Order: sequence, then structure tokens, then C-alpha cells
Amino acid sequence: MNVVVSIRIAWRAIAANPLRSLLTMLGVIIGVASVVAMVAIGQGARHAVTQQVEALGSNLLTVFAGVQRFGGVATAGPVRTLTLADAEAIAREVPNVTGVSAEFSRQAQVVFREQNTSTQISGVTPQFPAVRNFHPVAGSFITEDDMRRRARVAVLGQTVARQLFGDGDPVGQQVKIRGVTFTVIGLMESKGATGFFDRDDVVFVPLSTAQRRLFGVDYVRSIYVQVASSEAMEAAQNDVAALLRQRHRLGPAQEDDFTIRSQADVLQAITGVSRTMTLLLGGIAAVSLIVGGIGIMNIMLVSVTERTREIGIRKAVGARTQDILTQFLVESVLLSVSGGLVGILVGALGSRLVTQLAGWATLLSPQAVLLAFSFAVAVGVFFGLYPAQRAARLDPIEALRYE
Amino acid sequence: MSLIELEDVEKVYRMDGVEVRALRGVTMTVDPGEFVAIMGPSGSGKSTCLHILGCLDRPTAGTYRLEGVDVSTLPDAELARLRSRRLGFVFQSYNLLPRLPAVENVELPMIYAGVPDRRARALAALEAVGLRERARHLPTQLSGGEQQRVAFARALVMSPAIILADEPTGNLDSATAREIMGLVQRLSRQGMTIILVTHDAEVASYARRIIQFRDGRVVRDTTVRGGGGRPTP
Repeated sequence: MNVVVSIRIAWRAIAANPLRSLLTMLGVIIGVASVVAMVAIGQGARHAVTQQVEALGSNLLTVFAGVQRFGGVATAGPVRTLTLADAEAIAREVPNVTGVSAEFSRQAQVVFREQNTSTQISGVTPQFPAVRNFHPVAGSFITEDDMRRRARVAVLGQTVARQLFGDGDPVGQQVKIRGVTFTVIGLMESKGATGFFDRDDVVFVPLSTAQRRLFGVDYVRSIYVQVASSEAMEAAQNDVAALLRQRHRLGPAQEDDFTIRSQADVLQAITGVSRTMTLLLGGIAAVSLIVGGIGIMNIMLVSVTERTREIGIRKAVGARTQDILTQFLVESVLLSVSGGLVGILVGALGSRLVTQLAGWATLLSPQAVLLAFSFAVAVGVFFGLYPAQRAARLDPIEALRYE
Repeated sequence: MSLIELEDVEKVYRMDGVEVRALRGVTMTVDPGEFVAIMGPSGSGKSTCLHILGCLDRPTAGTYRLEGVDVSTLPDAELARLRSRRLGFVFQSYNLLPRLPAVENVELPMIYAGVPDRRARALAALEAVGLRERARHLPTQLSGGEQQRVAFARALVMSPAIILADEPTGNLDSATAREIMGLVQRLSRQGMTIILVTHDAEVASYARRIIQFRDGRVVRDTTVRGGGGRPTP
């Protein structure tokens, strides 16, 4: 008996009970669709975040005050040892450094007439646009002169500008931050959101202004160091660390009071997190596939019992044990494969829908589709084998007597 | 060489822990072209004997030679091959697959035997039993007599050596039964070996040889001279 005939016989058995077959397949459909959609969402998020991080500039070192870990307990607290002077020293003394910018930021209220919004106030140095690859689209950015004079000037991110001015032009307007009046001198380009963090929800002011006039501090939160090339990154990272340890007078037994991250580290951490998420989502989806498989086994067992007489007849006219086994196995695999194909379709449509409705980036990966599909086939074989064996082992005389 | 040789065949079942001795030493031979009716009361072992003859069951003891081959020791797959190529079964309750049209029921043995031109051969077999124009009908759309004729077409389509019929007229009214027996008689006259189990003396009277079973043994074996006294209806 060849495979084509087996498939035709199996198809007829499936088509004889369309509703039951559909309900049986539903488990596999949901399983495969969720695997495909979940992985698409996970990979889409990873792809988007990776792109955004790369857009920040790849040869960037970030020095944070305190000790921070991704995925671990951050022991940051207010560490006050990192200063603008450290940033200037890095720019002066470390080779292959092409730009340094220091930053101190804190959450505060910004008011324009009766509009107000709570946003991040970032005190930065004039090198910031070059180092972070984040430039103004209108007006100008903070200058060395502004730094020196602790000028009350501000450059708005797109989100803040929209909230305070709507569609109006903010440049030249006056806003109040913590009761201090600032003149808006520029508007930043849009950078979009990284995950839940909106990079346009920010107001830039001169670092000196932020430290003295707004928050009354003399330290910085972070220093961005741009390195000439990716090959020089490691040496630069070591040099920066050595310089800072020396400037902070840390003895050999003392831990660093700062953390240096390269963009590569950030990227690795983010992809690590999203890989874990993708695996988790995929794992949950895989469980539903197994549940779908149990559904198939259940229905196949019912089907074997119902068709006991048919099995007896087939054996009487010459079907071998092998033929019956193949027939029922093909039937369960056909169920799971049809479910798998429909599931892929539903999963692909579902992830497109997510992109359109929620605006999340999704990435339909051929590997995930292939994986889900082969998993579905395996489920069909695995959960179909026992019922098929039961059918094949039926005694023909007993089977013929069965009512 | 005889077509069928049974020698001291015994069959013991175990039903709910109780031993049932269905056959207690049956010895008989059937030659090619014979038309045999096996008769006997319920529980006499005649159906068990037919199952063994049809290779659906194996004897517990004794030997069964079909066309000179001892089949009691053949593996299951070989028995299945014999069922599809050398034996044709007809049952009391027709045993057609309800979801398949007549012609596909007739194709069934050919699927398992792997022969080509199945549709044409199935239609020819239906033609031979006078049901060519009913080929696309489902069993439920056919009368009992028609269903049994489809079953005969299915039994005949592989050109077997023997037709084994288990109470083929048991579910039919007497007019239809006569019609079916006419078909059996015609097959017999064409040289087909037929073994038929019945407890209806009128049905048995078509046969040329009657074997009586009682308590798992052959108690009488009579050959009617001239054979099959009844005319074709």
C-alpha cells in the first residue's frame, strides 16, 4: 500500500467528521500559531532594540558612577565621586579618545505658561551631540560659552516640545524648570523609544547650569567616551579605568566606584534578555503544542474504538498489521500537519496584526516557522503511535464481531 | 493435491478464564471446484472452522495446508497476503465500509495487494454481479441483496482460489436469498471453489457436499450425486 493511498484514506476519515477534526486540530493550531507569533514578537523587539543601540554610536564607552550590573542588583546609590574634571582628564590623557561628554540628569517639572510636564532634565556638555550621535534639528545646541556662564538655556526633546507647545515653534520661548526661567534655544531630532524608555522625553541644559542652578550638586552621573575605532575600545576602556582609579585615589584592595560599559556590553545584555524572553514565550507556546498533541491522541483513541469493525474488515480483505498502523499514523500526522500549516498562517497574520495594532516590531523567522512545524509533525507521530498500534494489534475476528 | 487439507485441527479459546474447546480434531479435505456447505447448530465450531480456513485465525493444534503450504506457522504478514490474494470472504452482515461507495469497497483488497488498474477491475467485478450502474452508491443507498452482491464482487475481484461465505443469506428475505444463491451457484459452475457456512437446509441444498459439525467435530460428510439439485432461478 503506497503513501498516496494512505493519505487519501486518512483524508477521507478526517473529512468524514469535519467539526471533530477541526476541534482536534485547534490545539495544534493554537500551539503553532503562538510559537510563531511569540518568537516573531520576541525577535522583532530584539531587532529593534539592537538597531537603536547601534544607532547610538558603536565606539562608545559609558562610565557610570557607582557599581551597576545588568540583570543583577545595582548598588548605585548617590555616588558623588565622578566629576566633570574626570571627564576633562579622560579627554586630555587617554589616547584614541575623540570626544567626551559628561551628564547629570534628574526628573523635574517643566512649565510653559499653563502647560507643564514632568520630564528628565539632562545637564550635558557641548560635546554631547557629537558623542551620542544625537543632534538638534532646529536652533542650536549648548555651547562652551553657555557652560562657562551657566547660561539658562534649554534644548527640548521632541516629546517635551509637543507636550508644551503642541505644533508651535518652541525656539525662542521661555520655559520654567524648578522655578528658574530658561530660554529654549533648540529642538532635538527624534530618536524614538527604546523599549519603554522614550528618548525624546528630555530637556538638555548646560551641565554647569544643572549642577549649580537647578540641583545643587558638583558631581555627574555618567561620562560618555567616544573612541576612535572599535579596535581601540578595549585599550581605551582599561586606560579610562586606570585613570579614574588613580584620580579617585582607590587603593589596590578597593573596588571601583564606577562602572564602564561599552555599547557591545549593552547590546549583549539586551539581546541576552530578549533571547531569554523569546525562549520563555516559545516554551509556553510549546507546552500548548503538547496539549494539542494529547488532544490528537484522545481523538485517535476514540476513532480506533469507533472503527474497530472497519479495521476487522480491512484485515479480512488482506490488510497487514503494518498497513493499519500506517493508516492511523498517517491520519494523526495529517491532522497535526494541517493544524501546523493553519497555525503558521494564523501566527503570521497574528504577528502582523500586533505590528499594526500595537505598533510592536515583529520579525517572522523561518527557523521558528520550521521549528514549530516540525514540532507539530513530531507531536502527530508521537501521540499517534499508541492509538495506531492499538488499532494494528486488534484481532480480526474480535474486530469483525464488534458492534 | 487437495486445495485444503485439515488434519486433527483443534482450537481452544480462553474466554474470561474458561477454556472453550471450539474444535476437537477436525480432519477434512476440499478439492478445487468443490461447493461445500458446512452445517451445524450454534456453537458447533463451524464458524471457528471457517475463520481458520480463511486464515483469520490459527489452529491451536493440528495442521492446515492451503494449496500444499502449511499455513499454521506462517507469520501474520504472510497470512494477510493469502487473505488478499487467495481467499475471498463474504459475511452475513455484508461488512462493507459505510463511507465508501460500492466501487471503492470492491477496490479495497486490491489496495492491500498493490495491484494496478483498480478502478477498471472493480467496475468489471461489479458488472459481473450486475451492479455496474450502482457503482457510485454508498452501501446505505443499496438494498441488502445489492450490498451482498457488492461483497461478492469484493471477494471475487482478486480472482481468489476459494470463496468463504459465512451465512451469506442470513440477513436476507427468501426471494433475495434465492437470488444470492443463484449467484453462488453460477460461480460454482464456473469452477470456483466455495465453502459456505449455514444452518439453513434450503441454502445448503445448493451445495454438492454437506459437512455436518457438532461439538467441534465433523459428524457427517455427504456428497450429493449430480450435485446442486436446484435450478438457477
